Amino acid sequence: MSRVLARPYLLLSPAILSLSLLMVAPVVFVLIYSFWLRTAEGLDVPAFQFGNWVNFFNDYFYWMALGSTFKTAFITTIICIILGYPTAYFLARAQIRNRGLLLFLMFLPFWVSYIIRTMSWINVLGKNGFVNAVLMGSGLIDEPMKLLYNDFSVIMGLVYFMLPYMIINVYVSLDGIDRNLESAARVLGCTPWQSFWEVTLPLSLPGLGAGSLLCFVLAAGSYVTPRLLGGTDTLFFPDLIYEAIISQLDWPFGAVLSIVMLVALGLVIAVYNRFMNLSDVYRSFAR
Amino acid sequence: MTAAAPSPTREGAFGWALLRVCSIAVYIFMFAPIVVVILLAFNSSRSGAFPMEGFSLQWFGKLFANDSIVEAFKTSLILAATSSALATIIGVMAALALVRYSFRGKEGIQTFLSLPLLMPEVVMGVALLMFLKFLSMPRSFAVLLLGHTVLSLPYVVLLVQARLVGLRSSYEEAAWTLGANRIQTFFEVTLPLISPAIVGGFLFAATLSFDNITATLFWKKPGIETVPTKIFAMLRTSVSPEINALGAVMIVITILLPLIGGYMVRRFAKAR
Repeated sequence: MSRVLARPYLLLSPAILSLSLLMVAPVVFVLIYSFWLRTAEGLDVPAFQFGNWVNFFNDYFYWMALGSTFKTAFITTIICIILGYPTAYFLARAQIRNRGLLLFLMFLPFWVSYIIRTMSWINVLGKNGFVNAVLMGSGLIDEPMKLLYNDFSVIMGLVYFMLPYMIINVYVSLDGIDRNLESAARVLGCTPWQSFWEVTLPLSLPGLGAGSLLCFVLAAGSYVTPRLLGGTDTLFFPDLIYEAIISQLDWPFGAVLSIVMLVALGLVIAVYNRFMNLSDVYRSFAR
Repeated sequence: MTAAAPSPTREGAFGWALLRVCSIAVYIFMFAPIVVVILLAFNSSRSGAFPMEGFSLQWFGKLFANDSIVEAFKTSLILAATSSALATIIGVMAALALVRYSFRGKEGIQTFLSLPLLMPEVVMGVALLMFLKFLSMPRSFAVLLLGHTVLSLPYVVLLVQARLVGLRSSYEEAAWTLGANRIQTFFEVTLPLISPAIVGGFLFAATLSFDNITATLFWKKPGIETVPTKIFAMLRTSVSPEINALGAVMIVITILLPLIGGYMVRRFAKAR
């Protein structure tokens, strides 16, 4: 191979090497670790046995946790679509003078620290939080409502975190649609609704799909939001992984849970990729 | 462009009013919690919650007198600076290869480099922790450094790539024609041209690192705290007025950083 031909591979090798060594190899190692044996003394011994996996498959609790995690992620995604699509449509199509400023404002909270944004919901929904303070101050309620530390507050926090992802994806998709197509639909006799349903919506599906996948995957994989805003009965799979690894130090079982999480989300991504284009999702990060 | 002007029909006007209301609600939703944090940071009440009892700056004073928070800030800043420098060097090289050359396996490598974006951070945290422990590298700053570098690398590659696409190679070709060698060309032509992309990638990686919490919880040595993990630990007990003050400071910093970044990129672009 000549020097010039080798150059792209040379330039790429540090990136490929670091991802292979620090991401691919570790994940493979987790799979191996899931077959290791944890002795009674708490030592992890290299082995090939299915004990950890049997424990997982026999325990209904973990399936329930996975189910409730996916349910919460799904609800979050739906709410993001309901709130995000109209907003993105407004930003892309309304006759407004300061579109640039509005777009900039939408992404300002995005830059604010994730932990602070999550914590801020305690200030909003808490017993002495903003909502209760306003409602009690105006005399609408006498007792503070219990809005925090339940599934509702978890979903609020997740929607807050994910909504800008949804809006930017839909916005870019809408912005890329040739306006003449909509005008043509109108000229040919479509009502505004029809031209939206038959032309605009189908053409914006790639953005809607990319935004939805991101919402779902990032929400299902989140640890901090359910931990801070959830109640004692909130079941979230990433939390179980953290408990197994950091608190109980049962690494082989933590490895099993990690692989389950990876496979479950991998299946979702695979199904998505069957119908939509995964590279739309990647590209959306660069915007 | 007014090709798709809002319809003058009553139905259309109603639709647009509805869209406007929805958008305003979303903006309120996005900003209200941030405003509440800043508001409470100045509340003199000891509880860190409503009602507002009076204006006070004392929580900011308490904050800067808290050694463990100052320590966490230092750790976070060093970690963000080093890991994003590493990620930027590796990422810019990869982005240059992907934009400038066509070669076999390009599509596959592109996908491979983007893969981690959809990787659940918890799993990433577990995997690197286990693997490096196996290689007798216990939880430490080094693990954090490597981990943060890998986490921000895909973003840097995509971001820099997007910025480099518009860059024409005719400038470099001109330099070669005029007798510059490869090294001269790189430092005197290519580097100045791509510096906005490099600065942008670096700032983005630094923000990601500074903000990271989930994976950091797995990788950090007990006792070492970054700002987010410190806040997380403090929140275990309850929201104190100090955390609100810290939140207000962080909000100002994290909003200022991209503003400065954007300004610098524009300055660079103009100077070129």
